Amino acid sequence: MIDLSRLTATQIRDGIADRLFTAREVAEAALGRIEALDGQVHAFNQVTAELAYAAAERIDDAVRSDVVLPPLAGVPVALKDNMNLLGTRTTCSSRILENYESAYDCTAVRRLLDAGALPVGKCNMDEFAFGSSTENSAFGPTRNPWDLERVPGGSSGGSAAAVSAGMTTIALGSDTGGSIRQPGALTGTVALKPTYGRVSRYGCVAFASSLDQIGPFAKTVQECALALNAISGKDPMDATSVDRPAEDFTAALSSGVAGLRVGVATDLLEAEGCDPAVRASVRAAAETFAALGAEVGEAQLPSAEHGLSAYYIIGPAEASSNLARFDGIRYGHRTPGAEDVLDLYMRSRAEGFGPESIRRIMLGTYALSAGYYDAYYGQAQKARTLIKRDFDAAFERFDVLLTPTSPTVAFKIGEKASDPLAMYLSDFYTIPVNLAGNTAVSLPSGLDAASGLPIGLQIIGPHFAEATVLQAAAAFEGAAGFDTTPPLVREVQ
Amino acid sequence: MAISEEQVRHVALLARLALTDEEVTRLGEDLNSILGHIDTIQQLDLADVPPTAHALDVVNETRADEVRPGLSTDEALANAPEAADGAFVIPRIVGGGDAS
Repeated sequence: MIDLSRLTATQIRDGIADRLFTAREVAEAALGRIEALDGQVHAFNQVTAELAYAAAERIDDAVRSDVVLPPLAGVPVALKDNMNLLGTRTTCSSRILENYESAYDCTAVRRLLDAGALPVGKCNMDEFAFGSSTENSAFGPTRNPWDLERVPGGSSGGSAAAVSAGMTTIALGSDTGGSIRQPGALTGTVALKPTYGRVSRYGCVAFASSLDQIGPFAKTVQECALALNAISGKDPMDATSVDRPAEDFTAALSSGVAGLRVGVATDLLEAEGCDPAVRASVRAAAETFAALGAEVGEAQLPSAEHGLSAYYIIGPAEASSNLARFDGIRYGHRTPGAEDVLDLYMRSRAEGFGPESIRRIMLGTYALSAGYYDAYYGQAQKARTLIKRDFDAAFERFDVLLTPTSPTVAFKIGEKASDPLAMYLSDFYTIPVNLAGNTAVSLPSGLDAASGLPIGLQIIGPHFAEATVLQAAAAFEGAAGFDTTPPLVREVQ
Repeated sequence: MAISEEQVRHVALLARLALTDEEVTRLGEDLNSILGHIDTIQQLDLADVPPTAHALDVVNETRADEVRPGLSTDEALANAPEAADGAFVIPRIVGGGDAS
């Protein structure tokens, strides 16, 4: 059988085109790996073998007809379970949507499938993307392939774990305050949050509409760039998607970083709560960039420390509004025997939403309620302006900025589950990027000597600088060159 | 600013969430802990700073008002907890008692 963890997306596509193996065999390999490992990892809410085989059949037909294959032909992809795909349930890992059948396709998903990808399943997540550990799933936590007693991060923890464990080649996640990058860091994968507006949000269940963005996970920078090629671009169904000329994000990956201006965000790096091993790894990464010919300097983002406060007002406020649609009328859980419509709304929602969703809805409703709007939401939107100005100033001096992705390596399941605030601090480094609408990639900068767990480096760029961010990431990846295969996967090989 | 149990109950009604007494107490504690951290934002002098609603400049987009295919009635009702005669069924809103 094909060992997927040894093949990149391009090798899969070319191998099928050259008739070394078939798309069906690739699907079998991915589904076989899921069968072998997902009982332990629980990355998936739903495995879509029939859809994967049907897509593989179309690719194999194209090979037989000598049709030129699209760029992701036969490449397994997994989707966070907040993205609609006809023929699948879209549950958001919530009881309230447990039986929800997708009524249409998410644009980013449709574009991946149009590029030839094979959909292998829908991935576990923190309920409605509220969390940083995937413990807030109504269907049980996902475990980190590096250590099954630890979390994979979140909220796109299932997508990250699926890529890390070689159960898929590419996965899509969504990132509102770090939900792609933080699980990327904790699982040793490459995880990209595109610029706000780069990728259509149509068909992805909304959390905070001014912050949400879909992006890819992969084992390598090159595969991440290929996935971004497929999913980016204007969509008439999302008015906030931006109309820009198409780019090939793989074009500059081997250009190196000579002369690139790299700023280390030293004030954030020194923040309390950052593990010294993480801090040291980011400093070592900066030295690697300097050795590769980059001009490395120190950057300051003084307002970014207020990002967490601004985010935990803006995020819940927008979420409380977006989640008003789950009322037990048109879809989702409805309580039996309601006395009247108000009783139906109130009990259906209380029964259907998990504790963290209720907490965020309450926080957001409070922040938007009469008498508190200016003090919270208004003030948070102004703080957002300061954070954006900090980035604008830093990007006058630097092409990209370096920070840790997460202040710590993967933590134990249950360690932060009873303390919402401790969990929220996991996203300290990622949140300011969403507030400013920038793009950032997380990739492994090394393995923690004490635990053997991966550490994530965040490379941040200005609006629409994905090509530069990925170019820097590819140069670093080539220089770092360590094995990002988790022990669980080494055992099955 | 500490949030009282009465405020928690008021916000729960606004949010259409039926909470138990136990949940009201626990959420009050959680919200006060989170707001205690968030309140640092009140100390910032932001009087002259304009708010940012969107990180990128967004413009209103319009399209021609033309009929397009959308979800069919059956598709729209496919996930309904209760449906009849091409419509969502909900508890009685108007009237009540023995009115019919």
